[in-house]
Amino acid sequence: MPTKEYAFYPGCSSQSKASAANLQTSITAMCKTLDIKLTNIPDWNCCGASIAYAGGGELERVVMNARNFTLAAKHLPGQDIVATCAACWLNSRESKVKLDGHPQLLAQANEALKEAGLNYQGSAPVRHMVEVLIEDFGYAELKKPVVKSLAGIKFAGYVGCQTNRPFGIAGESFENPMYLDKLVESMGGEALTAYDQKVTCCGGALAFSEPDKSQQHIRDIVEAAYDHGADMLVTPCPLCQANVEVYQSEINRKQGTKFHLPIVYYSQLMAVAYGGSVKAAGLDGHIIAPTKLQEIATKK
Amino acid sequence: MNALRTTGHQTTPAVAARYRNDFLKEVEAHVEDGEWVKMCMQCGVCAGSCPLGAHWEHPPQELFMMIRAGKRDAVLSCDAMWMCTSCYNCVVRCPRKLPITQIMHGIASYAQELGLAPKVQPTRDFSIQFWKNCTKTGRVNEIKLTVGLYFKDGLVAGIEQVMNMLPVALGLMKAGRLNPFELLRGHSPKDQKGIAAMLKKARAIAAQRAPATH
Repeated sequence: MPTKEYAFYPGCSSQSKASAANLQTSITAMCKTLDIKLTNIPDWNCCGASIAYAGGGELERVVMNARNFTLAAKHLPGQDIVATCAACWLNSRESKVKLDGHPQLLAQANEALKEAGLNYQGSAPVRHMVEVLIEDFGYAELKKPVVKSLAGIKFAGYVGCQTNRPFGIAGESFENPMYLDKLVESMGGEALTAYDQKVTCCGGALAFSEPDKSQQHIRDIVEAAYDHGADMLVTPCPLCQANVEVYQSEINRKQGTKFHLPIVYYSQLMAVAYGGSVKAAGLDGHIIAPTKLQEIATKK
Repeated sequence: MNALRTTGHQTTPAVAARYRNDFLKEVEAHVEDGEWVKMCMQCGVCAGSCPLGAHWEHPPQELFMMIRAGKRDAVLSCDAMWMCTSCYNCVVRCPRKLPITQIMHGIASYAQELGLAPKVQPTRDFSIQFWKNCTKTGRVNEIKLTVGLYFKDGLVAGIEQVMNMLPVALGLMKAGRLNPFELLRGHSPKDQKGIAAMLKKARAIAAQRAPATH
């Protein structure tokens, strides 16, 4: 299979020493094995996430994304734009739907973009890394490079919201998407397919502004994983990962629970299964160490 | 003569204003995806699907009916739409396919723009801080965002928050996911000037109040 090339939109949280730096580390290792070449969109900017609406209006948020598309089309023509962050993907894709479907909005966006010396004339599709894996490779192909099976580890697949709704992964249901379970199984792990909190919201940005309300959901997400016998939770979303890992100690402090559930990324599973070290898979980037996965990564 | 029509009384302008039903038209013209509001059939699936549903003063279907009933102040000054977590559950379940999440953001944004949003609303505050933060250079500075949030209620409350979260912060630092030096200098794109000019222009265009996507 020839090298697959994509225009990469890493997003703010994936930068070095940012909250999802270890997602990026594991994505790099995974892509190396799969012969995927990701080239950063030169000088990319923030997508505005989902929470900026009180500060920035629709046009401002759309323009932020249009700048990224225009830079991608200019410097990396023909390459699909790929994001690993759920919010980056959703906001980019939503902006693109609006730009491409509303000539008046497009004209206004271009008027603003002109100030940055740019002009949006369409771009390649905006895709999630999971779409790339499933559609451009497929489970059988992803399984081929596995050198270390993840047998013996039970994973609760926590898909969350924005990788799943409103766009989702083609062919998957919004209520019970199976792709994460299939990815786990492809790596030899045990997927707890009956895990019932797989599409529950962690609170998103409201984990910061409404901590108590959000922590009720985080508690459900973690508790259900324990009920199903999970060793760890696996997710595609950087904010889900951070919220569910970081606030366990707060929930323990306030509610007297004893939660200590590791939360990992699908790409970390793949990096380990493909023979990556603890460091290469970003497994040193956790507050709650995923020890069972670290043991497999350390094993010769 | 129509028996239901009151005759012989002049309706005073004040009473007429209360029943004036142009708020729906206003929402259609000025709120993101506002033209969808009239499509709501009041089934309430959105309310039942919302993760913070119990905390909404008025769930989305109620807001939609209030808009149609012309309850302008009650809608724009309420706390409800600030409970949206952007989970999009209502959007995918709505039988009429209304982009409810986007409409909620749109109403919140419009209320903020008009100065009618509740003054003490933590998600409103965070939203404004987030936008300021990510547009200052063009990329989010996570540590400034967090510190700003913790100290928004003053120094004492801020110190308490920091003390509570200190073990987590130290854990994240050790894990290479939090960099205190970002307080001084964070990640940023090169063309900050271009981004600022672009956003200034976008704001000016939007301020002309020409509805963008309608």
